[in-house]
Amino acid sequence: MATETTGTASACVGPDGSAIGMPQLCADWMPNQIFWLLIALIAIYFVLSRIALPRIAAVLAERQGTITNDLAAAEDLKQKAVEAEEAYNKALSDARAEAQTIIAQNKAEMQAELDKAIAKADAEIAAKAAESEKAISDIRASAVESVEAVAKDTAGSIVAALGGSADDATVAAAVDAQMKG
Amino acid sequence: MADAAKEGGLVFHPMDQFIVKPLFGDGAVGMFTFTNVALWLLLAVACVVALMVLGTSKRATVPTRTQSIAELAYGFVYKMVEDVTGKDAVKYFPYIFTLFMFILFSNFLALIPMSFSPTSHIAVTAILGFGVFFAVTILGFVKNGVGFLGLFWVSSAPLALRPILALIEVISYFVRPVSHSIRLAGNIMAGHAVLKVFAGFAAITVVAPLSVLGITAIYALEVLVSAIQAYVFTILTCVYLKDALHPSH
Repeated sequence: MATETTGTASACVGPDGSAIGMPQLCADWMPNQIFWLLIALIAIYFVLSRIALPRIAAVLAERQGTITNDLAAAEDLKQKAVEAEEAYNKALSDARAEAQTIIAQNKAEMQAELDKAIAKADAEIAAKAAESEKAISDIRASAVESVEAVAKDTAGSIVAALGGSADDATVAAAVDAQMKG
Repeated sequence: MADAAKEGGLVFHPMDQFIVKPLFGDGAVGMFTFTNVALWLLLAVACVVALMVLGTSKRATVPTRTQSIAELAYGFVYKMVEDVTGKDAVKYFPYIFTLFMFILFSNFLALIPMSFSPTSHIAVTAILGFGVFFAVTILGFVKNGVGFLGLFWVSSAPLALRPILALIEVISYFVRPVSHSIRLAGNIMAGHAVLKVFAGFAAITVVAPLSVLGITAIYALEVLVSAIQAYVFTILTCVYLKDALHPSH
């Protein structure tokens, strides 16, 4: 065993400090290796099982939880967005319908006013036309009279000029007869 | 080159790196002597603590880089235990994770130049391998009683073949801890010895560039081997544990 060897030159190391055969097979060193190996393994096992592994498991679980929560929140928000869009569309169609009714109402009002105005204007126009008609017939009557007078005068003058003589009554009768013809 | 070798320019001591020596004093290596083995084992412990405890100390929901690595290692081994051994084996996860982290960090620390590689020693890996073997065997008998022996009785094979298969199964069962431990030690030892041999060739000027290239390549391979051997050791432990918990084929 190790206690029997003295100095570095054990059974496995030559006097020049180099290995004799395979150092792996040197039984003198094995207790030392095994002892420290067990120390290392136990240390790693305790550190891992007491501290590191529970911590990493917790972190992973927490991350999974966070991801799940975030996904749920995203789903929620998506639902809300859909609802908001629906509300918007409804408001839009409502507003359109309202606008349609307002337009129809306004149109009807305007039509009524327009009709009223047209009727009024028509009445005025009719009155004015009647007035004008009367004025024209007056003028026509006075014109016929004037033409008669002028014709009689002219006829008397022509008769006189031709050397004939005729009294006014004959001329007027003749002119009247001619104008009727 | 042959001349150089004759003159003593080429001196290979590829196994010297595995010598166990006390760090304080020049005495013999007793059981409790603080040796280079102890130093590098404790450094592995320190690295595990740094990664798994200090790295996760913030418990951040959005992890830092170190915490990500710790969580990655946790998730990797956890999933391995769950997939290979089954959901009921999750309670053995801390033990398996201990093995994984220890082997991983021992292997990687051993890649530091001038370091010592504990996992290249049969004494170390045999304790790990036989530890798993005895734990799994005892657990198998505790959980299943005599039914654990059903592991060796292949009920799906023809009756005439079963005794022969049982013999083969028993032999392979008892070879498991040996292969389990020698696989790890052999891989690490061979890689480091080859690195040392390549380094020895660098003493010859003409060969030196090739030697440096070789060292680089072998070193890269060793990085791969370090991780893979830790993975292999862990997944085989899971497989053995599965046999103990569910011995039926």
